[in-house]
Amino acid sequence: MNNSIELIPSQVRRDILRMVHDVQSGHPGGSMGCTEFFVALYFKLLNHSPQPFNMDGENEDLFFLSNGHISPVFYSVLARSGYFPIEELNTFRKINSRLQGHPTTHEGLPGIRVASGSLGQGLSVAIGAAQAKRLSEDKSLVFTLHGDGELQEGQIWEAALYAGSKKIDNIISTIDANGQQIDGSTDDVMPMGDIGSKFESFGWDVIQIDDGNDLSKVIDGLTAGIDHSGKGKPVCIIMKTEMGAGVDFMSGTHKWHGIAPNDEQLEVALSQLPETLGDYPL
Amino acid sequence: MHSYINSGNKDTRSGFGSGLHDLGKINPKVVALCSDLTGSLKMNAFADEFPDRFFQTGIAEANMIGMAAGLTIGGRIPFTGTFANFSTGRVYDQIRQSIAYSGKNVKICASHAGLTLGEDGATHQILEDIGLMKMLPGMIVISTCDYNETKAATIAISNYSGPVYLRFGRPKVPNFTSPEKPFVIGKADILTEGEDVTIIANGHLVWEALEAYNALKQIGISAEVINFSTIKPLDLETLLKSAKKTGKVVTAEEHQRNGGLGDSISQALSLNNPCPMEMVAVNDSFGESGKPDQLLKKYGLDAKNIISAVDRVLKR
Repeated sequence: MNNSIELIPSQVRRDILRMVHDVQSGHPGGSMGCTEFFVALYFKLLNHSPQPFNMDGENEDLFFLSNGHISPVFYSVLARSGYFPIEELNTFRKINSRLQGHPTTHEGLPGIRVASGSLGQGLSVAIGAAQAKRLSEDKSLVFTLHGDGELQEGQIWEAALYAGSKKIDNIISTIDANGQQIDGSTDDVMPMGDIGSKFESFGWDVIQIDDGNDLSKVIDGLTAGIDHSGKGKPVCIIMKTEMGAGVDFMSGTHKWHGIAPNDEQLEVALSQLPETLGDYPL
Repeated sequence: MHSYINSGNKDTRSGFGSGLHDLGKINPKVVALCSDLTGSLKMNAFADEFPDRFFQTGIAEANMIGMAAGLTIGGRIPFTGTFANFSTGRVYDQIRQSIAYSGKNVKICASHAGLTLGEDGATHQILEDIGLMKMLPGMIVISTCDYNETKAATIAISNYSGPVYLRFGRPKVPNFTSPEKPFVIGKADILTEGEDVTIIANGHLVWEALEAYNALKQIGISAEVINFSTIKPLDLETLLKSAKKTGKVVTAEEHQRNGGLGDSISQALSLNNPCPMEMVAVNDSFGESGKPDQLLKKYGLDAKNIISAVDRVLKR
């Protein structure tokens, strides 16, 4: 593995925590759990050109974040991969910012191709984009990310049925299987059963990543997903992660889903995360 | 008597189907999606001739709306087709987030709107769709009156970049506008010039307004009938010019009073040119099964009710 990519997740987690702490709002837990996924995608696997950002993304791979509340990790990775100035991270959730609480095209932030936040919609949008690419004979891929709790939304299954039945094989959807949602664990709130076999029964090719917070495993899993594309089935990657991964007291609990650390907690958290690439200025 | 001649009853949804088929031939960027109502929406001609550009989603409207947002990639112009109820209320959040807020160039085309879908009854007779859609920032809202206008509007909205809601209906109704007339978004159409009262209508009630015009003419009342097919943006210039001339306004629509055309006209008049106004619309009620003409009569939406409203407004 490229040495430099290993330096990125720690910095992204620092960005997430500093952004959320600064405005005392936002969603750090899921963001930290999906840090390796975003880093693997944007710094290794996605065929994309951040500058100039092109909404249509012809001949580029596209990514749609369906669980928009994990915007902090999305913004950090977009900024650090060149879509917009890193300094802009300090506008997160503030008035007149392009970095809205949930991602949107409305303020013109490069890298965002649809608004998300109200859950369950991103898979449908991605399928539409995948169909558009087919019409253009554009061989690039469409990636999505969903929370496991998000799968409780009915629209997901409308879309999953469509993609499986119509053999949309240029789409790779990853499920952040952290087993947590706002009100508690998914097992307590609404047990999800075997997510992989559900997708398989809808006609998807399913790949498992057993540790979504191990960067090399995420890269391997996503690479396998890319290899499985174009073979007549949409690809679903079930990625097991820890909500709040990277900081001991935040890891593995739903409590940090939508709570910001206080000053003291931030200090402890940052002490566990080396500043590898330089913090953005507050 | 007014000079509009019914060239033969036709359904507005067929105007949509014909317009969409023409668009398929002239604009390769146009794609269409339907949730298992291809025949009802008259989308078969497009689907048969352009199968690569037609997406059958099954009975899954939320997915259809989301897919339409994604299909805009590469400058494509998606047209979605289903009943008005399933085009709006059922998928409101999908439209709000994935299309309106995201600024996607999707045309939401909705048939079987209002009471006149008839026998299927209130579950399908949406009378709230215009209100829902006009509240969304940036959404264009159009309700056409006959086959020719629906066909022209279908073609016209493909040339506008941004989300549009196009509402039409099920029954065969008089087809009286010129097939040569191009549709202009946001431009109301003065059908008859008049001095005493302005009658503002859209959808199926435009013909009822013209029938009312004839009856009023016989008792010496000169009505200016205006087809306000675009509810948003509202043609303020035409509205205010007519309202200043006649000083009395009646609106007529196949929709709830709350949130419809009359509601928009009332707001515009009270802000710019307050004058007496009466509304012909469904008043906080659901519909029921029946024949279209029976329903228009029972719910107070036919020419006779427009004449009564004129009578009331002239006494104010």
